Amino acid sequence: MSTSEREQQVLDRIERARRRRAQVKEERITLAHGAGGKATKTLVDAIFLEAFRNPRLEPLGDAAELEIGCSRLALTTDSFVVTPLFFPGGDIGDLAVNGTVNDLAVSGARPLYLTAGFILEEGFPVADLVRITGSMRAAADAAGVHIVTGDTKVVQRGKGDGCYLNTAGVGVVGHDWGLGMSGVRPGDAVLVSGPIGDHGVTIMLARGDLGIEAEGLVSDTAPLHDVVHTLLLAAPGVRIMRDATRGGVATVLNEIAGSAGVAVVVDEDAVPVRPEVRGAGELLGIDPLYVACEGRFVAVVDGAQADRALEALRGHPLGAQASIIGRIAADPSGLVLLRTAFGGTRICDVLVGDPLPRIC
Amino acid sequence: MRFVDEFRDAAKARALAKEIAGLCEPGREYKFMEVCGGHTHTIYKHGIEDYLPANITLVHGPGCPVCVIPMGRIDDAIHIARQPDVLMTSFGDMMRVPGSGGNFFDSNAEGTNIRMVYSPLDALKIARQRPDARVVFMAIGFETTAPSTAMTVLRAAKEGLENFSVFCNHVTILPAIKAILDSPDQRLDGFLGPGHVSTVIGCEPYRFIARDYGKPLVVAGFEPLDVLQSIHRLMLQVRDGRAEVENQYARVVPWQGNPTALRVITEVMELRPYFEWRGLGFISHSALRMREEYARFDAERLFDVPGVRVADPKACQCGEVLKGVLKPWECKVFGTACTPETPIGTCMVSPEGACAAYYNFGRFTREASVR
Repeated sequence: MSTSEREQQVLDRIERARRRRAQVKEERITLAHGAGGKATKTLVDAIFLEAFRNPRLEPLGDAAELEIGCSRLALTTDSFVVTPLFFPGGDIGDLAVNGTVNDLAVSGARPLYLTAGFILEEGFPVADLVRITGSMRAAADAAGVHIVTGDTKVVQRGKGDGCYLNTAGVGVVGHDWGLGMSGVRPGDAVLVSGPIGDHGVTIMLARGDLGIEAEGLVSDTAPLHDVVHTLLLAAPGVRIMRDATRGGVATVLNEIAGSAGVAVVVDEDAVPVRPEVRGAGELLGIDPLYVACEGRFVAVVDGAQADRALEALRGHPLGAQASIIGRIAADPSGLVLLRTAFGGTRICDVLVGDPLPRIC
Repeated sequence: MRFVDEFRDAAKARALAKEIAGLCEPGREYKFMEVCGGHTHTIYKHGIEDYLPANITLVHGPGCPVCVIPMGRIDDAIHIARQPDVLMTSFGDMMRVPGSGGNFFDSNAEGTNIRMVYSPLDALKIARQRPDARVVFMAIGFETTAPSTAMTVLRAAKEGLENFSVFCNHVTILPAIKAILDSPDQRLDGFLGPGHVSTVIGCEPYRFIARDYGKPLVVAGFEPLDVLQSIHRLMLQVRDGRAEVENQYARVVPWQGNPTALRVITEVMELRPYFEWRGLGFISHSALRMREEYARFDAERLFDVPGVRVADPKACQCGEVLKGVLKPWECKVFGTACTPETPIGTCMVSPEGACAAYYNFGRFTREASVR
């Protein structure tokens, strides 16, 4: 057997191993399980999906789609544990509203009502709570949603990190946009709605551990319902949308490649990244493709409508720097390939946990 | 971005690649080892192998500081972290390196407090803020990071801090290179020298590689054009039958290194008689420990470290991969039992590790026909 045949054999074996059923091998929860990468996916597949399995849950979309009476509704929930609570460009309050609004929006739903659950730590300043709820109200108004019910719990000092938030949201799917992974096909274009990684890098720098400052860099937290709607009207050939939160754009692209059984080929040059974000990434050894955004989404669009979609996005303030970053190909199925700016090609896989800074 | 984009110019890369290809003698195989894990990372991240003819192979060397730490040292670190009031700190990519009973994340899930820091000075800061805790910094790395550890110890001494210590795992690059050159199965044509290490030790110490072993070495920078240009220089040396030490990374690396940094290391640390390297086994005079004068900052002395030796898992062939005898994918457990999620060998843990780099970035390079 030739060397390349043997190598291919090994690669095939890897692919088979990767398709094996998820299994949580750890005896306890580690931070990696919450980072949005492979460990999170394993936890969701092996524990949550296994326990709750039903047809509404199985697509594991950003929101579940439900038919109640003659209405089609979308339902989602999200929890927020960000540190620090206040950061350039926003705080945990608008993050919690926008996050849930966006999960509904990218599912093709019009967000309507939200819930808010507060887990507060003994000793938390009331003034901060007022500030957070003020941001939530403002964000809800901006997104045209109402916070209609909620819950409060207070935990002992030391058992929480000041303030944790949970929001759930319901929206109505007024029009069948035909969104779904099954619609993704070779030749489709892949778009991103703006510069990536702003939120994640802002948070990393706001923690102050790094001694790096990026003047003017703020979180991208924003409600996406309007820009999503604009896109859907201009380009009905949108196949699927995902907001690129935890795990960043690379994780979303891998999800698309895996679920739709296609390859995603990305042009590194075409991916919009602010110089501040790139610079911080270079210093820390962190790839912006894996850094969280809170107001950006990825859309796969019928290739014939790519230019129209781009024009529609760029015409909206939240999509002004949108870009076509790549395309869908048939092979190699399940993989995201990056054509590097330098002219090489590499695989862009999902990370196990949080991106860990490299030492040298 | 300035000072970055200039070194990632695809047009210049194509021109260099053409010259490199022109230097290849048909039918001859060329094997160059990049010693440093940072180079491995650059090679995969930018897809540099796509620019190289098929008969040039890059072999990933032992210069990933995370990859060479043996399991026993991880167990020792966890042992320290389990002592009362200990707050252990280390660099991020240490967190996922497996010991015999799990990694630092697993250990934290069991109750230890091991936190990621970006610099030993951050650990010192924590020690100042938390007088109730015994803060230990798990120091790893080659001569690149040793000076900052040493500086931190000096500062702790000056401030009279009593709750700060260092679990010293610093290693030195030259004995590892020598071990590889002495191994009977190596077939290397030359080395890409470790750029960052060389900023400290300079280029002079590599002389023996050219003189005694007849292998060329080019100290290389970390941007993709640096790597390509260094390969080009190696190819020129091979063509001319020369074996010399060259410095491609002169914009950063002074020929004589950094005497101040070297002095600080020597002030605080001394060579160990021997140290175990993952996969390579025991290598004499290949690592640093704290000097007697700084014993009060030496976690190994303070915490009665068991120092148990844990054999590398049998199936793991990290040693062969580190020596360049095996390609990552040729290891028996690569990609099946050993993956970035469940690494058996350390080469799979750090993104700089040869196996993780290949797994994440490199599996596809041979089929780069999708353009």
